[in-house]
Amino acid sequence: MISFERRAVPSRVMAFATPCLAVLATMLAGGLMFALLGKDPVAAIRVIFWEPLFGEFAFYYRPQLLVKAAPLVLIATGLALGFRAGIWNIGAEGQYIMGALCGAAVGLALYPAETRWIFPLMVLCGALGGFLWAMIPALLRVRFDTNEILVSLMLVYVAERLLSAMALGALRNPEGRGFPGSRNLSQWDASANPELIAGTGMHWGVVAALIAVIFAYVLLERHVLGFHIRLSGEAPKAARFAGVVPGRLVVLCLGISGALAGLAGIFEVTGPAGQITIGFNTGYGFTAIIVAFLGRLHPVGILLAGLLMALTYIGGEIAQSQLGLPGAAISMFQGMLLFFLLAVDVLTHFRLKFGRSEATPALRTEAAE
Amino acid sequence: MYRRTLLGAAAALGLAGMAFAQDDPVKVGFVYVGPVGDGGWTYEHNKGRLAVEEHFGDAVETVFVESVPEGADAERVMTQMALDGADLIFTTSFGYMDATIATAEKFPDVKFEHATGFKRADNVSTYSARFYEGRAIQGHIAGKMTESNVIGYIGSYPIPEVIRGINASYLHAKAVNPDVEYRIVWVYTWFDPAQEAEAARTLIDQGADVILQHTDSTAPLAAAEEAGNVIGFGQASDMAQFSPSPRVSSIIDDWAPYYIDRVQAVIDGSWESADTWDGIGPGMVGIGEITDAVPEDVRAEALDMKERIAAGEYHPFTGPINRQDGSVWLAEGETASDEDLLGLNFYVEGIEGDIPE
Repeated sequence: MISFERRAVPSRVMAFATPCLAVLATMLAGGLMFALLGKDPVAAIRVIFWEPLFGEFAFYYRPQLLVKAAPLVLIATGLALGFRAGIWNIGAEGQYIMGALCGAAVGLALYPAETRWIFPLMVLCGALGGFLWAMIPALLRVRFDTNEILVSLMLVYVAERLLSAMALGALRNPEGRGFPGSRNLSQWDASANPELIAGTGMHWGVVAALIAVIFAYVLLERHVLGFHIRLSGEAPKAARFAGVVPGRLVVLCLGISGALAGLAGIFEVTGPAGQITIGFNTGYGFTAIIVAFLGRLHPVGILLAGLLMALTYIGGEIAQSQLGLPGAAISMFQGMLLFFLLAVDVLTHFRLKFGRSEATPALRTEAAE
Repeated sequence: MYRRTLLGAAAALGLAGMAFAQDDPVKVGFVYVGPVGDGGWTYEHNKGRLAVEEHFGDAVETVFVESVPEGADAERVMTQMALDGADLIFTTSFGYMDATIATAEKFPDVKFEHATGFKRADNVSTYSARFYEGRAIQGHIAGKMTESNVIGYIGSYPIPEVIRGINASYLHAKAVNPDVEYRIVWVYTWFDPAQEAEAARTLIDQGADVILQHTDSTAPLAAAEEAGNVIGFGQASDMAQFSPSPRVSSIIDDWAPYYIDRVQAVIDGSWESADTWDGIGPGMVGIGEITDAVPEDVRAEALDMKERIAAGEYHPFTGPINRQDGSVWLAEGETASDEDLLGLNFYVEGIEGDIPE
């Protein structure tokens, strides 16, 4: 008989080991799935994890990993601050859209001026757009005690509608023959977010993501605010005694995560994506939630998790094209990653007991049932 | 910028030349915006791909990636295909336009074919289908079949492509039934079964007994079946599983002949950048079987119209046609120019409501 015993303190070893375990379990289960689909599992796993990093065309895929990971890391870093404090911003996708829309609108209003101030101004407005969109759930929670999970999530759909309306209306390219979509911002020098060093994939969004990671690390480890955030998540009552004002923390956490999501949006729309289109948002805001948890809500972990997630996207596309794997199988594979992470997470908080255990009677009864 | 650096890197490794190793089979890539199982738009493009495989056998190898978001991801997938040695790449969504042009610049020796777009280059062709021809026939059947005289239309996005369909079907419904009224719901998606079903139910609640859809899922037909006494049409694909009713006919995108043609041109070395806009005549637009739910005389009229359109004897936009505001668009006997049609952004006279901005 196997039973679980709650650990007095979550295991630090397990906290580091579980993400690796989850990746391994995903490879095994994913490999099994690929085999059932009639594909060579070893080849599939190799293509997904090896090809982008060390394959023949790695010179192209490695920079693409940064391009794909940057928005994920930027958004997830902000989300993790809130998640640590028990403040659940699920609407980063909406804040990402609003950041891109606000920034792009300001830029397009100045078209076709050529001054170097346009791009920084757009970035600022992008952050502001995300910030303000996140303030809606924040203020509603502080003032009326609404649930920020629901409000922020619902606002994603509102933002998507706004995006459609803007792509078809106000921000539509007047030279686009009536088709939806804005001017291409990455082709206009004043608003372009280009590759900074040729062949590296490094654009301003990647730089911002790295800065955000460092900033979040220092904040959480060295700053009193980081202490308050952690305390609020782990011991809300103690936090009040320590002088934490819950409302202020809600505004702060949602504000920071909203601004970072907005930044991700504006860097994306001025760089890799290039234009505001109806389908501009491709789920970075939701995938970032997975990245935040995969990275154990720790800034450095998030950086690695973001790169891993990017790897599965890029490797997954190569596997689709080279091996004929269905797109849904790749999505399943990514889903397994989160599933296994949550499953093995149990090991961080519980200890496995074999045979007759000394677990609490309550737990033992549960296990027996 | 990305493309310049990659161009440099690719040239340095001689990759552009590698794509044209002679003995290999011709490699054809397809980039899809939806899943191949969507039953509509992507499903039909994939059928075209399978037809290419069947037609050429071992002489051609095809690859595809499905559900590729428009934007940076699309450019990466196209680049990946080109790096892997594709000779010809079909990019099958309007939103891939800039990504197609950008990738084509990086790989001057690879041919690209972009569906429904308008930007071309020496190695980029565009192609699309005159779906409005099918819409005219659909409108004729709808106008004859409706008893409530209310026809519901599920629009995806207010773009010229969709507005052409609304106008073409309305003109031909009105021609056979002067009392006909249109109710239009915009869902702002190409594929979202839940939203499409909701839109269909809303239209049925407003009295519509014919539902026309410009979205790709079968959900509106399912909603029509549920309501009873409501008919609809297959969109992009035949959707024959809803025959004989509610699905009484369909507009089918048949890309196979075009795809086979273009692959053959690459094999022959005769491929050139072109802009193709084909309709019922060359077989790019098909009309699915008109079922027994439609009276015999209506079916005969519809098939007759199909013949005349195919033969080039009849243009669905033949004057006199006025704009919604009453001003003259086409004089008696005048037919619409392709340029007018491509940029169509107004309703014809008689349709109520505004096109959302």
